[in-house]
Amino acid sequence: MNMQTTIAGVTLKNPVMTGSGTFGSGMEYSEFVDLNQLGAVVTKGVANVPWPGNPTPRVAEVYGGMLNAIGLQNPGIDVFMERDIPFLKQYDTKIIVNVCGKTVEDYVAVVEKLGDESAVAMLEINVSCPNVKEGAIAFGQKADALYNITAELKKHAKQPIIMKLSPNVTDITEMARAAEAAGADALSLINTITGMKIDIHKRKFALANKTGGMSGPAIKPVAVRMVYQVAQAVQIPIIGMGGIANAEDAIEFLLAGASAVSIGAMNFVNPYTTVEVVKGIEDYMKRYQIENLSELIGAVQE
Amino acid sequence: MKQKQNATVLSQREAAPQIFDMWIRTSLAEQAKPGQFICIYPKDKSTLLPRPISICEVNEDKTALRVVYRIAGQGTAEFSSYKAGDEVAVLGTLGNGFPLEEGKDKKVFLIGGGIGIPPMLQLAKELTADKQVIVGYRDDKLFLKEDLEQYSKVYIATEDGSVGTKGNVCDAIAANALEADVIFACGPMPMLRAIKRLAAERQIKAYISLEEHMACGVGACLGCVVKTKEVDHHSHVHNARICTDGPVFEAEEVDI
Repeated sequence: MNMQTTIAGVTLKNPVMTGSGTFGSGMEYSEFVDLNQLGAVVTKGVANVPWPGNPTPRVAEVYGGMLNAIGLQNPGIDVFMERDIPFLKQYDTKIIVNVCGKTVEDYVAVVEKLGDESAVAMLEINVSCPNVKEGAIAFGQKADALYNITAELKKHAKQPIIMKLSPNVTDITEMARAAEAAGADALSLINTITGMKIDIHKRKFALANKTGGMSGPAIKPVAVRMVYQVAQAVQIPIIGMGGIANAEDAIEFLLAGASAVSIGAMNFVNPYTTVEVVKGIEDYMKRYQIENLSELIGAVQE
Repeated sequence: MKQKQNATVLSQREAAPQIFDMWIRTSLAEQAKPGQFICIYPKDKSTLLPRPISICEVNEDKTALRVVYRIAGQGTAEFSSYKAGDEVAVLGTLGNGFPLEEGKDKKVFLIGGGIGIPPMLQLAKELTADKQVIVGYRDDKLFLKEDLEQYSKVYIATEDGSVGTKGNVCDAIAANALEADVIFACGPMPMLRAIKRLAAERQIKAYISLEEHMACGVGACLGCVVKTKEVDHHSHVHNARICTDGPVFEAEEVDI
């Protein structure tokens, strides 16, 4: 039985990765799970310089999920390359670095620095964080802006680039096509859905940022739908995510057309989710006598 | 080592209105330190995130933990319905805990306000020092008072003046002319700010336990940060993670 999956020429031992921002750089969760068992670790977004992020409260619970407005706090690419990459290199898993920025130049600076690091297998470009005021999301909500930044980063990147798409758009397939046309090697979707919560007793916003990105099981049907639509619209591989809590959820994404999946908010609920999903997919493949994982990708029937 | 595991409820009682006192059997008790916390997961899957709750007490043979918590919402309301024998998922032990060595053999204030009182109990048990416990309540619905009195003289402040000094814990310190070389405290933010000022005036150190909304509880999500005076060693910005770098901080190091 073969659980391998290939994205932009990079072969992962299995299709299970971590959702950016929910897993740090793996250090914190390495106390709970053996990172060697994961297809890839996708790091927290990293910028060219340290970012302080948003004021607190940064997180709030909502029915079946949560809102976050962390604001991409990160230590900057230099610390990241000195500390986080050497840590991840100890493990037999692929390293995918999530890159954020406020301007095209910011993104280019990070992408170029990472180009010297052969241990980094792929770059995931965050153009869809709803929680920073400038940059980021501005590149991810207009097709021409997404096309331009994708094309620019392709000129500078040594590794394959994955564009992470926002669900906060009218037509996600238009965004997916723009990224593909600009040369993106893969897509990941969905990022969080912009939401809001109000504390009725204090009559205040639950988050200091007022709005936050919603994640967790409650958003899964939206994410599955978008992965399916995008899979119909483009040829490049898709990494599917959005509320995956167990192997059944992950398999839905594979059947909808994802070549790999990411576990995000559910790490907070069950720190062992990632490895449990790997095991669950394996059990499913045995049960249905699936020889190769690739047989499942996009295999949903009408 | 941090672990998520199933614990068994041993007992549960209402200690004061909306304040519940629960003992759970868990091997996490072996590693528990005063000032650390555990995360408790609601069973209702519409409320996914774990609830961070401070450790109030560890039993003698280190097989059980006591948590004393206030019903603050749906999750804690669910916990309060648990009966002896029920299973509950917990993650722990989390956070740094109080630095006992900073108080050893000194004259120490252990200050708790409201639902910040519980961690003072295990601290009072373990700390070898000249201890003075100062606790603040809203009214005469006291909890943990007799427990604390086993280990220290206890001074009480109540907002309505029904027991002890009328006012807050700082009023009780002033009214009783209390003195200390170091402070350990947990409570609401206005109280912690007042203690930070008190410590600065008296030129003594205060170690304060902070709280914030958390998601992961283990330092990965960066949800629960506090502003720091210096650039933090981990984040490389002026933010420390309350769940892992804290919850206990030296008061001068944090901007509260």
